[in-house]
Amino acid sequence: MSAARTKPVSERLWAAAVWAGIGFFVVNLLALIAVVITSSFATRWLGTWLPNALTIKWYFEAWSEFQLDDVLLVTFEIVFAVVVISGLIGVPAAYAMARREFPGKKLVMLLFLLPLLVPPVTYGIPMATVLYQTGLGGTMFGVILANLVPTVPFVILVMIPFIEQIDPRVEAAAKVFGAGTFRLFTDVLLPLLTPGILAALLLVLVRTIAMFELTFLTAGPTSQTLVVALYYAVFASGVRAVQSIDAMAVVYMVTTLVWLVIALRFVNPTQIVTRAKQNPAH
Amino acid sequence: MSFSSQSFRELRLEGVAREFGSVSALKDVTLDIKRGEFIALLGPSGCGKSTALNCLAGLLPTTRGAIWLDDKRIDTLRPEERGFGMVFQSYALFPHMNVRKNIGFGLRMKGRPKAEIAAKVDEALGLVRLQNQAEKLPGQLSGGQQQRVAIARAIVIEPPLVLMDEPLSNLDAKLRIEMRGEIRRIHNQLGATTIYVTHDQDEALSLADRIVVLRDGTIRQVGTPEELYARPSHLDVADFMGYRNKISGRVVSTDSRTATIAVGDGEVTGTLRETLSGDMAVIALRPEDLTVSTDGKGIPARVETLEYRGHEFQGLARGPGGIELIFSSHTRLPTGSEVRLKADPAKSLAYAQGTQ
Amino acid sequence: MSSVSVARPATSDDRLTLKQRLVNRGLDGVTMLTLPAIVFTLALFVYPFCYGLWLSFRPKDGSLLGNYATFFSDPFLYHTIGTTLALALPVTLINLLAAIPVAFRVRLMLRPRLLTTILVIPITLGTVLVAEGMLTYLGPQGWFNRVIMWLGLTNAPVRLVHNYWGVFLSLIITGFPFTFLLTLSYVTGIDPALEQAGATLGASASQRFRTIFLPLLVPGLAITFCLSFVQAFAVFPSAVLLGAPAGPTRVISIAAYQAAFESYDYSMASAIAMIMAVVQLAVVAAVLVLRNLAYRGPVAGTKG
Repeated sequence: MSAARTKPVSERLWAAAVWAGIGFFVVNLLALIAVVITSSFATRWLGTWLPNALTIKWYFEAWSEFQLDDVLLVTFEIVFAVVVISGLIGVPAAYAMARREFPGKKLVMLLFLLPLLVPPVTYGIPMATVLYQTGLGGTMFGVILANLVPTVPFVILVMIPFIEQIDPRVEAAAKVFGAGTFRLFTDVLLPLLTPGILAALLLVLVRTIAMFELTFLTAGPTSQTLVVALYYAVFASGVRAVQSIDAMAVVYMVTTLVWLVIALRFVNPTQIVTRAKQNPAH
Repeated sequence: MSFSSQSFRELRLEGVAREFGSVSALKDVTLDIKRGEFIALLGPSGCGKSTALNCLAGLLPTTRGAIWLDDKRIDTLRPEERGFGMVFQSYALFPHMNVRKNIGFGLRMKGRPKAEIAAKVDEALGLVRLQNQAEKLPGQLSGGQQQRVAIARAIVIEPPLVLMDEPLSNLDAKLRIEMRGEIRRIHNQLGATTIYVTHDQDEALSLADRIVVLRDGTIRQVGTPEELYARPSHLDVADFMGYRNKISGRVVSTDSRTATIAVGDGEVTGTLRETLSGDMAVIALRPEDLTVSTDGKGIPARVETLEYRGHEFQGLARGPGGIELIFSSHTRLPTGSEVRLKADPAKSLAYAQGTQ
Repeated sequence: MSSVSVARPATSDDRLTLKQRLVNRGLDGVTMLTLPAIVFTLALFVYPFCYGLWLSFRPKDGSLLGNYATFFSDPFLYHTIGTTLALALPVTLINLLAAIPVAFRVRLMLRPRLLTTILVIPITLGTVLVAEGMLTYLGPQGWFNRVIMWLGLTNAPVRLVHNYWGVFLSLIITGFPFTFLLTLSYVTGIDPALEQAGATLGASASQRFRTIFLPLLVPGLAITFCLSFVQAFAVFPSAVLLGAPAGPTRVISIAAYQAAFESYDYSMASAIAMIMAVVQLAVVAAVLVLRNLAYRGPVAGTKG
């Protein structure tokens, strides 16, 4: 790049301005997260740059006040069920969608796209209505069902391109060499699909921990996940110390980000949002 | 003919180099190109030929050296300021513009009057014989037609230099030969100075006025197709030019023009192409120049396979020390038969051992 | 697919069993694997939606259009459409306009992964946590106000939470990464050789953007706008926590939520949800119509 070629000043100014914008955004974002963490360890923090002293007592307080052990247990039960069920329903469907042409396939594809394109609040209210009328509203099972609505299509859409890039001749070869359907699945397909399934399910896991709207609309007092409990705590702030709420927020952040870090070992960050790229409607 | 390549006398590359981090893709390339020449940059993948072309186009900055168009230094200019025409391997046609718009793009960017653009585009369409496809989008054209559009788009701006980056590699064999003729015809008609990158020696031999063989980022040989075909200056160039037999052995006699090496109890003589060092030499020769001897002299070998090639047979034989020899024969030989193979000294080339 | 019928005599089509005929049309055991997912989506997405639509026409007062009449005659309700649009439209536009130049810069980066990872964090953490962080960070005693006062940009703290701007900024923080990553995937989907071709043909950087990139990006940008807008229009927790949910940021999802879970009027709540869906659909349709007016050419033209 040491060539004497010079870019026009305007071009370099523009590049600098864009980088400055990116920097401003990232700095504020990181500061925002740092504030929550700092506050959760602060004894008292009012009107100064940094808190007077640090303590970890808010974590104990938050743990007992918000019954975090119960909440965490419920959260993991729900998330685990959602991950397993969406994998069991989604992966076979994705396999069929990737490997077969059948009448009405475009319509089926649209059916799987809609729950991802329509925001949860929009369909969540009628869905919650139906769940409450069938007696499932407020139960853990209802929350699991609600969370599956976007995650099943999500698994399908993440897995379709992954399955498509596996050469179908590998399966044909396995059949020629005498593998039955079961052995084909266990000996050939499963090992090939494992990285894709792992990636898709990790993304489902991260999304479900953070899924506020659907859980909020369908959860009862005993089926709240961490993010909903956090919402209620912030909503009723003033009742409890800010630091205590922040301690809970840190617990939530850690739960989410740990899984995000693990997920990012297997997927590209852009995959978390760009599943809509498979959208055939565009 | 109203297309003309803008007037210049010569294009000079002086010690041009390009590094990617610590890897040098191009080392100290110096080359003079005369106006109107058709130059092929030939070499295996990774030899630096595409890097050289991209440096010429301005798509990659050079790390050292200079490029001159007569007295004007151009390596400091951005690609849009150089005004060269380029044909890309993937064609890079603008998918949202029809054929006419694609071809006229460069003229529009130069702000030429509409009437002039229309006239030039019509003429270019005629030149590449696509008058009937002018309103189609690139996606509606066949590979060969897309290729023609890409060529028309590059020459319509009347560039001093046309750069072509493996333009035929995406076409099937039959179309490749057809388009090869087309490119030659257009070049003959317009006389535009052209630099053509390829890894296919047939393409280079049939198209170019001069061929530049690159390897590991350096120029190995520059010459006319005839020179390269008959007298490659290095063993690796010979290898690339279809000299598939490389027989090494101890030198038994040498004079100013030839060297003879011992192979088993036989001998092979070749024309010297470089100064020998040590007492070993390698003789390179094409399969068609290694034939079955009838006088009992030559390299002893056992026939392993023989294929019918229409006008003759081509076979693989195992010589002394297990060396593989690819040879020609006018008669069918049974597998396993013992033969002696002789080489034409004028067409066998002797190189120093280990200079590759 | 047709190999089975070809292998038999031409007249024997009627002798094929039902199963074979289904297989010929691609309906075999493998295809049936889609059934659980289809049934599930129909039962928990399509059916509730249709049920909600039906329910919205069965208001408490027994009339057909009672809910819709109430909604459009009560300013406290119908103003929510305008309030939500006033947030969602500018935010989406700003996010998209900012995402384009940033995506063009990041496209040239050798290792964009760190940046994209940082940007994925607010999406992963979600709106509730971002709202919680913003309450402290942007509050009158927060670091943001302390910095701008220390820089002398203002004398008194700027009010950035519990009003329109709080919700606006939270939508930028969670919405920009989403818009950016979508835009980036479209920008990087364009063959770089097209830009190189433009450059060798004499087009300057701005000409290349206008004549090559922009036309090729328009379809993708329209989709990105639609998806980002729909997300922003459904803003809910941040409007409650960071805004003034009784007034300036009483968005439409708050109205729907209150109808369902505070008045227990599921019929009214469904009606509001349907109105919400219709407004989203209308804006999406308008964007797609505009795109078709502005752009004629291959829709899937991003592949070289």
